[in-house]
Amino acid sequence: MTTPALEFQDLHLAYVVRGQAREVLRGVSFAIEPGESYGLVGESGCGKSTAAYAAVRYLPRNAKILGGAVHLGGRDVMSLDTEELRTLRAKNASIVYQDPGQALNPTIKVGSQLIEAFTVTGMGKREAADRARAILDKVQIADPESVLGRYPHQLSGGMQQRVVIAMALACDPQLLILDEPTTGLDATVEAEVLDLVRNLRTEYGTSVLFISHNLGAIRSMCDRVGVLYAGKLVEEGPAQDVFDDPQHPYTVGLLRCLPRHGSRKGAQRLETIPGFLPLLGADLPTCVFVDRCPLADEVCRAEVPPWVTSAGRMVRCHHADRVSEIADADLPAGTPTPVDRTVAPILELTGVSKTFHQGGNDIKAVRDVSLSLYPGETLGLVGESGSGKTTLAHTILGIHEPDQTGTITFDGAPLGADTRKRPADQIRGIQIVFQNPDSALNRRHAVRRIIGRSLKRLAKVEPAQIESELLAITSAVRLTERHLDMRPSQLSGGLKQRVAIARAFAGKPRIVVCDEPTSALDVSVQAAILNLLSDLQRDSQTSYLFISHDLRVVRYLSDRIAVLYLGRIMELGPAERVFDGPHHPYTEALLSAAPSVDGDEQARIRLEGEIPSAVDQPSGCVFHTRCPRRLPGDRCSTVEPELTATPDGGVIRCHIPFDQLGGQPVTLRASAAAAAADHS
Amino acid sequence: MSTTAVPNEPTTAPAPASAPAYSAAEVRREMRGQLLRSKTFILGVVIILFWVFCAIAPGFVANRDPAKQDPSKKWLRPFFNEGFWLGADRKGSDVFSRVIYGAREIMIIAPAATIIGTLIGIVLGLSMGYFRGALDDIISRIIEALMSLPVILVALLALTALSGSRLTIILVIGFLFGPIIARTVRASVISERNLDYVRAAELRGERSWYIMFAEILPNVFGPIVVEFTVRLGYAVFTMAGLAFIGLGTEPGSPDWGRTIFEERNSLYSDVWWTTLFPALALASLVVAINLVADAVQGLIDR
Repeated sequence: MTTPALEFQDLHLAYVVRGQAREVLRGVSFAIEPGESYGLVGESGCGKSTAAYAAVRYLPRNAKILGGAVHLGGRDVMSLDTEELRTLRAKNASIVYQDPGQALNPTIKVGSQLIEAFTVTGMGKREAADRARAILDKVQIADPESVLGRYPHQLSGGMQQRVVIAMALACDPQLLILDEPTTGLDATVEAEVLDLVRNLRTEYGTSVLFISHNLGAIRSMCDRVGVLYAGKLVEEGPAQDVFDDPQHPYTVGLLRCLPRHGSRKGAQRLETIPGFLPLLGADLPTCVFVDRCPLADEVCRAEVPPWVTSAGRMVRCHHADRVSEIADADLPAGTPTPVDRTVAPILELTGVSKTFHQGGNDIKAVRDVSLSLYPGETLGLVGESGSGKTTLAHTILGIHEPDQTGTITFDGAPLGADTRKRPADQIRGIQIVFQNPDSALNRRHAVRRIIGRSLKRLAKVEPAQIESELLAITSAVRLTERHLDMRPSQLSGGLKQRVAIARAFAGKPRIVVCDEPTSALDVSVQAAILNLLSDLQRDSQTSYLFISHDLRVVRYLSDRIAVLYLGRIMELGPAERVFDGPHHPYTEALLSAAPSVDGDEQARIRLEGEIPSAVDQPSGCVFHTRCPRRLPGDRCSTVEPELTATPDGGVIRCHIPFDQLGGQPVTLRASAAAAAADHS
Repeated sequence: MSTTAVPNEPTTAPAPASAPAYSAAEVRREMRGQLLRSKTFILGVVIILFWVFCAIAPGFVANRDPAKQDPSKKWLRPFFNEGFWLGADRKGSDVFSRVIYGAREIMIIAPAATIIGTLIGIVLGLSMGYFRGALDDIISRIIEALMSLPVILVALLALTALSGSRLTIILVIGFLFGPIIARTVRASVISERNLDYVRAAELRGERSWYIMFAEILPNVFGPIVVEFTVRLGYAVFTMAGLAFIGLGTEPGSPDWGRTIFEERNSLYSDVWWTTLFPALALASLVVAINLVADAVQGLIDR
């Protein structure tokens, strides 16, 4: 039997907080074979990252090993002295962190940093420089020489992450640890980085420990997967088996929280995992998951569940054979109410543009956008970062003043350009839920004050009625009365976002802009928030402008979807059609980039390079530089296509006739290849 | 808004148990514990409290009347000589009692001036950091110009032009410190301003003053407290310096700076105790304030 690349043996690890040891890892055992890729999943706070850092003993000072061992390439990591540990980290294992912008030193050129990664293994300067160039080539950086001479901030997020991966591979490590390596990246860039890691792994034969909350990414990357809950592994097995046929109730819960293929608000509620993750160091019951488990019974509370092993799979549950009994709760949601488009739209944009002027350059962030939003409707805005989604939303909110051309009307009246100059009904009529509730809530104010202020300002509630209104709105967002006196720091991420939603809804708005409202949250919490948003919409007929990079979430909540690229609408139409096709080549590429947790393999379309600069936009169709379906000839690169109407009432901006666009990847591939051949 | 009962939703969530962070009261208790464990902080507080007590009730500490002059006791050597604990000065007054009584002047002027400076700093800093733009540019340049002038020199000019009363000196030091504090406040406000809660307030149509004082100010309180303690030390210094050049205090006042000024010629006659003890008193106060400032800063920077 070969020595595993990494082996955890019953590791118990605690953080000492105010003299008290709070256990984070409670007996974690797993092994990664050489060349194997192992994924760790679980909600935040489960101990995923702690496990990753424990592998190279890179732990905060208050961390304490209570028992067990970690072996890296057969060596006991916890017994190494400082020098041995340094050598181990330099030569045997590497970590790629979540935020490449912070992993690189902003004051040192990329070249010097990369060369250092080689010299630290004992290599000479000149050889290191040669190797640095070679490795940039390996991570598919087109122009290594110029990248070496640049500073990190001159590279895009995707390029930075490639450089970090290159540095991690410099020592030809036995083990590569990836800690949420693609979380901050666009779906298209994420897909490229994942492809890259997959290819490099086959080439180098490196073992990989992959940590991510993105179950789709884990599925597409990993041979085996371990599900971590409250510092304990609850299930382990081949990735496909675990995702297709989960045996632990927690795994089942995690997977069901995701909006499934084609599920929609109204028609189906999302499942959530009731309750919360136990606190760090809390005394745990016999089974860690018992308090949230739908199958829990007396046995679960009386006895520690055994590791049930069968055919390469392990599950820590008394009732692993009964998971199929967990009702596939077709949660009642009532009948979906179709949006009534015969009434006047609540918001109408005609030819709206927004140009920023910076250093003599015109940055055309939004170009000639026309759309309308009907009462009770959700319009999804999708596109890569830099596509103008947020600028468009901010223009509607009055944070940015739009250019003089074009008009925005709200409820039939022209909308003031600047929030400060809007009449009260326009201010209360358009509110926002921000992405990050930590930044969106004043940490010095209690929940009562945060929501109460909005009631007073927006809804003009009399002081005497504030208390009863507060109770009404907190119960509408499913907070309880005792949350009112808490500060945001005392609330979990999901509860904070509920407070933010309550604040937005306090003035009974007509439109709420949701700017990635669930991207900072765990999947189980995300599901509850999405359910809440769809309930509130059903009850109040509020319209949403929903921005998200998670296409599955957009699809779940949206009635119509607008796809933006370089500030232009490339396509706008009913959610089903935009997702299922026929759709714009850009939409197709976006959809193809997102790894699927269901594992339905689709031919992947990869976009080359990055979104062009908004200052110097491509001629003709702005997407032609990256389009996999560019037409033969130079029509695409010289003539900008007009928005043309589609039969379903939407619009699309493409030279290819609507009926020839589609979702057939095979023909697509062929035609793209043909186009490429034709072009050369 | 109606609430429909929805199954499978954490309606009655055990929220406090779920909260990963600690409550505000716990954080305050933790911070207090941290301070009380710091020996330097305790030492600083004890010294400051001693001088505060001397300023309020000097009669309880001093054993003689500081104003009483007895020419026969001129330059009596220190250390418990005929009931003169620290000797007598050139007019035959008790040095120890004068040092104790001398705390009052400085303990009124320095905190009052620092409070005025801090208030000015808060208003200026909040406006500059929140509005930015031309207002910020103009005030910033004015502050830079002001800060390039030595504080003592400006104070000297102002005090000669106006009267040399206690109120004037408080106002002069306050106005000189305001811009310095404003710069610290401005920097903190700028980083707060980018957070979404400020944007949320703007989007519900709040007025600027509400956003500045009710939303942002509570979040920049930490740096302001640090700046206040640091400036307090400087205020003591500035005040002593002005008294030393004969400004802001009456001739014959037991104020430390004034005493050092008036007694300094005695040094030529090998009489060191009339200047050393007020100087030590001054040094102890400044050091104590800085000890407290350090401890508070350490707490907030974490």
